[in-house]
Formats: sequence, C-alpha cells, structure tokens
Amino acid sequence: MLIKSASVATVLALVFSAGVVSANEGGHAAGWQRQADNEIANLPSLQRGARNFMAYCSGCHSLKFVRYARICEDLKIAPNQCEALLVRPGDKPIDYIKSSMPAADATEWFGKPPPDLSLVARSRGTDWVFNFLTTFYADPANQKTGVNNLQLPGTAMPHVLSSLQGVQNAVWRNVEQKAEGGQAIVAREFEKFEPGVTGSITSAQYDDFVRDTVNFLQYAGDPTQLQREGIGLWVILFLLLFSGIAYLLKKEYWKDVR
Amino acid sequence: MSAVIEGKGGFRAWLNKRLPVDQFIADQLTGYYAPKNFNIWYFFGSLALLVFVMQIVTGIFVTMHFKPGETTAWNSVQYMVREVPYMWLIQPMHAVGASFFFIVVYLHMARALMYGSYKAPRELLWVIGMLIYLALMAEAFMGYVLPNGNMSYWGAQVIINLFGTIPGIGPGLVEWIRGDYGIGDATLTRFFSLHVVALPFIIALLVALHLVALRQVGSSNPDGIEIKAKLGPDGKPLDGIPFHPYYTLKDIVGVGLFLTLFAIVVFFMPTFFGLFMEAPNFEPANPVSTPEHIAPVWYFTPYYAILRAVPDQKMGALLMAISVAAFLFLPWLDRAQNKSIRYRGLVSKLLLGMFFITFLVLMWLGLKPAEGLYVMLARIFTALYFAFFILLPFVSKADGNGPVPERVTYHAH
Repeated sequence: MLIKSASVATVLALVFSAGVVSANEGGHAAGWQRQADNEIANLPSLQRGARNFMAYCSGCHSLKFVRYARICEDLKIAPNQCEALLVRPGDKPIDYIKSSMPAADATEWFGKPPPDLSLVARSRGTDWVFNFLTTFYADPANQKTGVNNLQLPGTAMPHVLSSLQGVQNAVWRNVEQKAEGGQAIVAREFEKFEPGVTGSITSAQYDDFVRDTVNFLQYAGDPTQLQREGIGLWVILFLLLFSGIAYLLKKEYWKDVR
Repeated sequence: MSAVIEGKGGFRAWLNKRLPVDQFIADQLTGYYAPKNFNIWYFFGSLALLVFVMQIVTGIFVTMHFKPGETTAWNSVQYMVREVPYMWLIQPMHAVGASFFFIVVYLHMARALMYGSYKAPRELLWVIGMLIYLALMAEAFMGYVLPNGNMSYWGAQVIINLFGTIPGIGPGLVEWIRGDYGIGDATLTRFFSLHVVALPFIIALLVALHLVALRQVGSSNPDGIEIKAKLGPDGKPLDGIPFHPYYTLKDIVGVGLFLTLFAIVVFFMPTFFGLFMEAPNFEPANPVSTPEHIAPVWYFTPYYAILRAVPDQKMGALLMAISVAAFLFLPWLDRAQNKSIRYRGLVSKLLLGMFFITFLVLMWLGLKPAEGLYVMLARIFTALYFAFFILLPFVSKADGNGPVPERVTYHAH
C-alpha cells in the first residue's frame, strides 16, 4: 500500500514538475531582469498603488472591469477619501475605471490605443510589469518619445514616469556572435544603466513606487485573491478533518475483513 | 431478493411496489461483491464520477452567467468572476476541474494498464471507457475555446486545422466545424451548444454503460485473478466484500483527500503555474497577435508532441490519431495469460514502465517550443510510444504466463 501510494505520488510529481519547469521558461531571463517582490497582503502598499494608478496611469489606461467602489471596499479606503482621492471628477464611485482619453486620439498619438490594464498582471506577470516600468532609457533614435524600453523594445508608450525616475542612459557592449553562415557579426548587448536626467525621487524610492503600483495591478487582476485564500484555509482544514473522520469510520468497518 | 421487500409496511413498501428502490440498492451496492484487495489505484474510478458530477453542477452556474459569442464571451467571464457572488469560486472550480478530470482519468487508465483490467472478459468495459476519454477530450477542448481568450483562439486554430489534413473532405470539414471561414461567432455558439448539451449527454450515457458493463463482469483487482472462481458455501466470492458499506466508506476517504488537493489548487494556485490556466488566456482573443508559442493544455500535449515530431503535417496528424486510437486495441494486443503486471516477467514490467515515462516526457515536450533538441527528443519518444504497442503482443505472450496465486493477496489492517 505504501509503495503504491509512493508510486502515485511520483506520477503526480512528475506530471506537475513538467509544468513548473515550462512555466518558468517564459523567455530567457536576462541579467537585468528583477523580481517585483510585491506583497499582495500589504494594504498600505495597495492603497498607494491605487493612488499611483489614478494619478499616473488612468489618463491613458482603463481598468474597465474594476469599479472605484470595489477598490475602496476591498482596500479599506473610507468613502469620503475614496471620492476625494480616487474617483475622477465627473465619475461616480460605482463606475468602471475608463480611460479619459478618446481611443481615436490615442491611436493618432501613439499608433494604437493604450491597452486596458485589468488583467495585465495575470497575462504578462507582475515581474514583467515591474521590469517594464523600471527599464525605460533615453534613445534619441526614437523620434516620437525619445525613449526605449528593455522589457518591451520599441514600445509606443512614452516614459510617463520620467518626472519621478528621471531618464537613465543605457550602456551597451559589443559582443561577437556567429551568424548562420559562420561569419562573425557584432551584436549589441545591454550592460548597465547610468544616471541621466535626474528625477524628483531616488532610485530606491522609484522602485517602491513601481512595486506599489504593480501590487495594485495584481489586485486588480484578481480582486478576490485575499478573500479566497482566507476562506480556502478553513475549507482545507474542514476537508482534512472530514478525511480523518472518514478514515476512522472506514477502519472500524474494515476490521471485519480478514 | 424479494426478501428485502417482505415484512415491511408503510411508505417504503408502497414505494417498492412501484419503484424497485430496495432491489436496486441490493443489486448495485449491498449485493455487489468487489475484490477485497483494491489498493490506492482503485480510487480513481469513483473520483472520476465525482469530478464529472462536480463539472455538471459548477457548469450549470457558469452557464447562467456566460454569454457565448465573439464579443460577449470574454467580458461575461470577467463579469461573473468579479461581480456575481461566489462565481470567483465556482468558475475557477470548473476550469481547474477540467485538469483534475484528466489527472484522475489518466491515473484510472494507468491502473488498467498495470493490472490488465482491459483483458477478457472486460474488453468492452475498456472500450467504453476509451470512448468516454475521447468524448471528454472533445468536451474539454470546446470548454477551453469558449471563453475566447487568446490561447483559446490560437489553440482552436491549430486543432481545428488538423481536420483539414484529412484527404479530400478536409478543407470542407474544417469550414463545416467552424461554421465560418475563421473562428468566429458561429464557432463559439455551436461549441457552446455542444459543450453544454450534446457532449455531457453523451458522456453521461457512456458512463452509465461503463457502470452497467462493470456490474456485468465485476471489477478486476491488483492480482488480476477472478474472485468469482472461488465461491463460498453461500455462493458469494470468498475474496469479495459487499461494495456497500466497505467500498463506499473507503471511497469517501479518497474523496476527502482528493477534495483537499483540489481545494489547495483552487484556492491558492488556480492557474497552477500557468499550466491549468495559461497566461495568454488572460488576454482576449486577438487574431493579429499570436502568443509566443502555442501549446494546448497539458492533457493534450503528449499527442501534440507526436504531431509535431513528424516533419510532414499530414503524416503527423495521422500518427497523432493512431496514437490516441491505439489504446482501443489494447485488449487484443495484450496476449498474456495473466492480467496483472505482478505476475508477468521483468521485460513486461520494463516495457510498461518505459511507456509511462514516455507518456510523461511527451507531455512535457508538447509544452515546449518545437525547436532544436526538443524536436529530436520528441522523435525518439514518439518512436518509443509506438514501440510499446508494437512490442506488447510479443512480450506479453512470452513472459506473461507465470504462476498466479489461488486467492488474492490481502493483509488485514
């Protein structure tokens, strides 16, 4: 029985580990990529993130599946503060958070409308968003925005947060690679960032700012997560207790089986 | 068993005169004798039934709030999980339930392979089970397409286009399945109808047949010997025990442990590292934006790996179809006298072990991009996959005939 249980466990472990390995390989992790390290249970961080989003992101990006009132309820923001700090003038707390920019204008300015961010933390991942918001760098070759991005090269988005972060410069090194024909070609590889135009806050403060915002986006992508995990713990405890009692009952009946 | 009914008055007697309730319970549960030596592998049949019922019940609620269609499907899923009370729990239960259905079904099938449960007189039981598996694959695929996420869309492109490789009728067939020149509104509404009405009915019917066939031939057991061959003075199998209360109670323990694992995933890791719910499916379907690499959900990937292992698409599709259908012929490919792997030789054991590993490796390869080393590995393991079915008739005939015990091995605990 024990050996058989072990073999089932091995099969399950194999099935699951196959997925874990593949899940980790979204792309090749480059040296500059960092983890968001946001804490979804950190309420003050989520509140700051909500404020950041409304102040810096909501001009262009919508959260079309999220209502102001829901945020204030989940993040324990008092109703008067909710109206004063989050709800955009002209909107009601019950409204969904729509972008204030007309889509036609956006397409004219950026080439495409800025995406809705309700689920960006789930489709791209929190680390991706964190790296996207921290790796803008000056790129004179881009005549439209003057910047480029390591996480999403060629992004249409301007560096909206440059007043906070400033604009950093990227330092590149040349690496020789073998092309398919065998001849050596020189490719450019990212080495490090150097301070360029300084912003209004330090780089550590900026990381915290982005971390809070990413945290809020994770909440927005899965608003019931905290509630779910709270209930889940009790469900699992109940099921374990149930299994234990069921096992004792089974054992009692099976005494007769010789 | 009319004795059960006699001597009882009141409502129960009234009821039993009109509906054979007691008779049914006696025939199916208290009077149905199952071998006493079932091990952990015998939990997965009842668990598969549990998951099926769970999928029906959660599906009823999801259907209340889901709006099939190109423009409505995605938004209605987001709306239900965010704004309809408790749908944040029920919708993920339904989505994660699909993966658990396949985990349970694969373990149930692995059990049959280990203990030769498909061998005479249980060939039809196995074939019906395989038909359930095929219907389940269709059901799961359509359910996966319905929310119209980006991976739903592109996965559906790949899978539906496979039908286009059938000579002659292929292109027309693809159009007929989609109801359009591309995957669109017509595809989603017909998939909804099939997913919610047609296939659940078919699966329920097949499950009923599976159970009727099981009652007819009786369960096999880890020793693979027939308990009906050794009857006691009362005419009951010496090594059999009534299904109720013994196995109903034992199965409830399995249910408790299974639901615990299920709850851990649903409450704490519903996407299961992007395996049960894939990241690109958190973006709506976008015909101009292909996900980085398209892979079906994990339970289809062994066959997907076989499809991609072949350079020629038509041949790949054919080989994939054969790889699924091959299971149907196991009762006749296996020519051993003994059923259980316990009483077969080392070569049989190695062959089966190799097949299990091959299936898991192909599952893993199907999730990988088809490039470099992965393609080479997929080819090697595709060959090993088919080697199992080709070698089985010879290996089983040669070393599946050793002595078997008179009675089942059972240690009281």
